[in-house]
Amino acid sequence: MALILEGILDPRNYSNKRWRAGIFEQIIKVILLLVSAISIITTVAIVSVMIFEASLFFQNVSIFEFLTETRWTPLYSSKHFGILPLVTGTFLVAFGAMFIALPLGLMSAIYLSEYAPDKVRQVIKPVLEVLAGIPTVVYGYFALLFISPILQSISESVKVFNAASAAIVMGIMILPMVSSLSEDAMRAVPRSLREGAYALGATKLEVSLRIVTPAAISGIVASFILAISRAIGETMIVTVAAGQNPTFTFSPFVPIQTMTSYIVQVSLGDTPTGSIEFQTIFAVGITLFTITLTLNMISQYIVRRFRNVYD
Amino acid sequence: MTDPQTIIQAKEISVHYGSKKVLDNVSFDIGENEVTSIIGPSGCGKSTLLRSFNRMNDLIPSAVVSGEIIFHGQNIYEPHLDPTEIRYQMGMVFQKPNPFPKSIYDNIAFGPKVAGFTGDMDQLVEESLQKSALWDEVKDRLKDSALALSGGQQQRLCIARALAVEPEVILMDEPCSALDPISTLAIEQLMRELKKQYSIIIVTHNMQQAARVSDKTAFFMNEGDNIGLLIEYGDTQKIFSQPEHKTTEDYITGRFG
Repeated sequence: MALILEGILDPRNYSNKRWRAGIFEQIIKVILLLVSAISIITTVAIVSVMIFEASLFFQNVSIFEFLTETRWTPLYSSKHFGILPLVTGTFLVAFGAMFIALPLGLMSAIYLSEYAPDKVRQVIKPVLEVLAGIPTVVYGYFALLFISPILQSISESVKVFNAASAAIVMGIMILPMVSSLSEDAMRAVPRSLREGAYALGATKLEVSLRIVTPAAISGIVASFILAISRAIGETMIVTVAAGQNPTFTFSPFVPIQTMTSYIVQVSLGDTPTGSIEFQTIFAVGITLFTITLTLNMISQYIVRRFRNVYD
Repeated sequence: MTDPQTIIQAKEISVHYGSKKVLDNVSFDIGENEVTSIIGPSGCGKSTLLRSFNRMNDLIPSAVVSGEIIFHGQNIYEPHLDPTEIRYQMGMVFQKPNPFPKSIYDNIAFGPKVAGFTGDMDQLVEESLQKSALWDEVKDRLKDSALALSGGQQQRLCIARALAVEPEVILMDEPCSALDPISTLAIEQLMRELKKQYSIIIVTHNMQQAARVSDKTAFFMNEGDNIGLLIEYGDTQKIFSQPEHKTTEDYITGRFG
């Protein structure tokens, strides 16, 4: 600090106005550095607390048991600590959501980028993005009170709380993310490529599917992965609509529990700090964090690795 | 020299972008197996005219084309005609090489595939690349990305891609403007070769190029508020040695433009 300011503080080097401006610049620089440091420090703190608490948990439970046991009953008297039911529950909902969001998102991206006249696009795009602004708790109750009864009316074996209705609504929620990011990637494909294809007699559909989509594939895949990552971390919808039963199942029509809703369940209860039950939420949290971090890194890698560079 | 057969007739073609006129009532004939060059300063409607021949202007929502382009006795702007059918017959090469981000092979195969070609694709790819004098340079790496080729090679790939759909006419929009002189000479050499089989229309800013490669030259110019006028059209030799119009002479001798 002193070294940086040394030359600046020497009034002989500057006119009065320049000298004050120089000081001001330095102060701004330090303030901005501190502000950006806050978010980094917070992240580091969160991760360290999580690792510390999880390490306490793993002193009592072996990692092998944690990863292979198929029962998750930390809150019962006969305790089993197998994360698998929570992981399958989470992926059941997340993949179900992608099953909805992926085709619909890609199709609406193609429509917005290739087919829609400018005026239509200017209306539809903001409307789609409004979907992202709806509070997730509203989505949760929409799933529970609207989608679940519809599913139940189709088949009697569907329970009130189930993975499917949460997945459907979550799919609708992440749809704007997929379509908006995919559309951005498609619009970044140079016009000259489309013209080249049209000049060869390609139709609009052929240009969209065989030229624009492959050329934008890195951005499209990245948007998918970010959306999966978002779906895995989503909490409110699954807490409200998917149930609180950590069942090791692949059926989307029975109650399950995701990693996020388990954390909510324990945090809301009166679990004493320092108990094994309390430590489980950090073990689950670090599992969740590892999964989403890995997905985000994969998506960044894909964007860098497969991006076509156009000048 | 006998006059060649006419392959395309432009009849009173005018183009507007919205309320702005960019091409004003242009009529002339394009000869079969000839190279016709379109010259003139920037913004005088050369590219617009070229894009009228294969209805590429249809892609611009505000563009309105009036007049007729007669090709094989039929006006290509007849409302019932499918523009994609017209584009199979008129290949187009653009100002900047625009290979698809696919392999060399797939770049060539794209056009025939969308046109429903069911013959021997390998053979068609080889023939197309041979016609554009690129085969020897790429035959061992057909599966490599086309983006790895040099600019000149990319442009010859784009020519091969246009040839693969077996068109009758090749439209070239300043095909050498992004290339170095050696690649430019290679493309010009190629054009002399290609005109035996195809009719070529080339837009160029380079007057030496027009003089070197073309049989006929059309000179376009803006005069005051009149945008996109065809000033003079005729044998290239005549246009460059004894033009009829003072404007043409001023332009080709470099007095303006």
